[in-house]
Amino acid sequence: MPTAAETTFPADHSWRKLGPIALVVGAVLVGAAFGVDGSEHHGDFYFSYLVGWMYVVTLALGAMFFTLVQHAGRAGWSVVVRRTAENMMATLPVLALFFIPIFLGRHELYHHWMDAKIVASDAILQGKEAYLNEGFWTGRAVFYLVMWGFLGMYFRGRSVKQDTMTDPAAIEEFSRGTERRSFVSIAVFALTITFAGIDWIMTLDPHWYSTMWGVYLFAGAFMSALAFLGLIHILMQKAGLVGRIINDEHYHDLGKLTFAFTVFWTYIAFSQYFLIWYANIPEETSWYAHRMGNSWENVGLLLMIGHFIVPFFFLMPRTIKRIRWTLALGCAWMLVMHYVDMQYMIMPVHAHHGVHLGATDFLTWFGLFSVFFGVFILNAGRAALVPLKDPRLKESVNFVNI
Amino acid sequence: MSSATITTAKPFGALAEFGNPAELYHACEKVRDEGFSVWDAHTPFPVHGLEDAMGAPRSKVPWISLVFALFGGTIPAFALQSWVAVEGSRQVISGKPMLSWQAFIPVTFEVSVLLGAVGALLGMLMINRLPQLYHSLFRSERFERFSDDKFFISIESRDPKFDAEGTVAFLQSLGSSHVELVED
Repeated sequence: MPTAAETTFPADHSWRKLGPIALVVGAVLVGAAFGVDGSEHHGDFYFSYLVGWMYVVTLALGAMFFTLVQHAGRAGWSVVVRRTAENMMATLPVLALFFIPIFLGRHELYHHWMDAKIVASDAILQGKEAYLNEGFWTGRAVFYLVMWGFLGMYFRGRSVKQDTMTDPAAIEEFSRGTERRSFVSIAVFALTITFAGIDWIMTLDPHWYSTMWGVYLFAGAFMSALAFLGLIHILMQKAGLVGRIINDEHYHDLGKLTFAFTVFWTYIAFSQYFLIWYANIPEETSWYAHRMGNSWENVGLLLMIGHFIVPFFFLMPRTIKRIRWTLALGCAWMLVMHYVDMQYMIMPVHAHHGVHLGATDFLTWFGLFSVFFGVFILNAGRAALVPLKDPRLKESVNFVNI
Repeated sequence: MSSATITTAKPFGALAEFGNPAELYHACEKVRDEGFSVWDAHTPFPVHGLEDAMGAPRSKVPWISLVFALFGGTIPAFALQSWVAVEGSRQVISGKPMLSWQAFIPVTFEVSVLLGAVGALLGMLMINRLPQLYHSLFRSERFERFSDDKFFISIESRDPKFDAEGTVAFLQSLGSSHVELVED
């Protein structure tokens, strides 16, 4: 069993300072992004901000799915890495507050359907008005954010509470309780991420629709969370945290899952493209039409190569996933590719004259990621680094790949 | 007629029986460290980590599978579809360009998966030298329990380090409950 030195975040550890610093620096960078943005109605800022915010929210949501699925499957191998996923998902209440700029910029982001004048002259939008109206949109956003914040805090809270329990029978029963609660939560997660993807990204182009959109967003979210889990544990161990509890075997599995979900993302991305390409209906093809010209076609190509072909061959060999620096390289690469994916989903609506990576893009991305990271570190500092009393902790520590 | 009465000049190998996985595991480590190369372990169920205790190299099956998938699946499937569309058939289908690569992806993918699986199966059979209608170890009656409740190590006489008396004594020293020489 792990020793106390391996499971605690030392009070004098240098990373503890990193938490509050990252949080403040992040907030300042986001403010700076708003300051340096000189575009009309701050359009550049709001779109960049949406990209950055969706990036960190999908990281947290992917971690939430990871945690829920490990509970639902009563998984043994993942117990030692689960607390980190819980610390990631418990950033959601703070990230929910960072939705406020999107709410304030809603008329800039979603003016294609929020502008009454446009709707008045558009029969399709009038037909969609029962769903696509400002009041309902706001209500749904509040609902998603409250649900996510609640689920993130609740499941981390249960896990931390278990750390203090002593009676083995009660601990076992407590785990059963967490499992029972995870099933319905997965359903809630699936519905909320699907509709949030529709509300915040798909409606940027309100005529367009794709039934694969929710899964597409989920695939990227889960993939990025797995890549982050792999990378952050490597960095934590470099910094002397978690000792040797997490070993090659756990990294191998995280690498396998990251690999699997880059392929899953590709499968979904291609399926969405393929059906729209085949049917060739104007309403559906418009989305790709916007992305096949004005230099966005290069971003699509970059995703094909960088989000699939390169990681497919790079992450395939067993050895790559069991050596720290090669796995770290693969994970970091995928985290960058996830940003490219977010740009590709959101930005062509705004930057329809071509790819435009400006200061606002970098400042909002680094800023929001810094906020996410700061809250993540603060969460990590408030409890043990692994679920101490989980009945399957021993199994996880001794886990070996076949 | 009992097999023990027959003596041959050169046996197939030595067979040692063990009562449980732990004994077998540690015996394998010692056989590995002794430097034997043509030997095997036989268990009724997979024993975790036994390939490490045996010092077995990584399987080559994934590479065979990859070669089958790429050169039997991906490339020929894509090439055939492209040839049929552009040269063989030359029909405009739903107004798309002749070389509509998008339409070829699902078939290319499926054929790659199929050939990858076929490669894995054939590679596994080839490396295990299967199917094999006869194996000398089945001359031993005790060996039948390898698929029931006993654990075995067999060291073949082809091994350069094999010598009948010495190897039997070595296997006995590992704590085997029964060691025998099996005829070829």
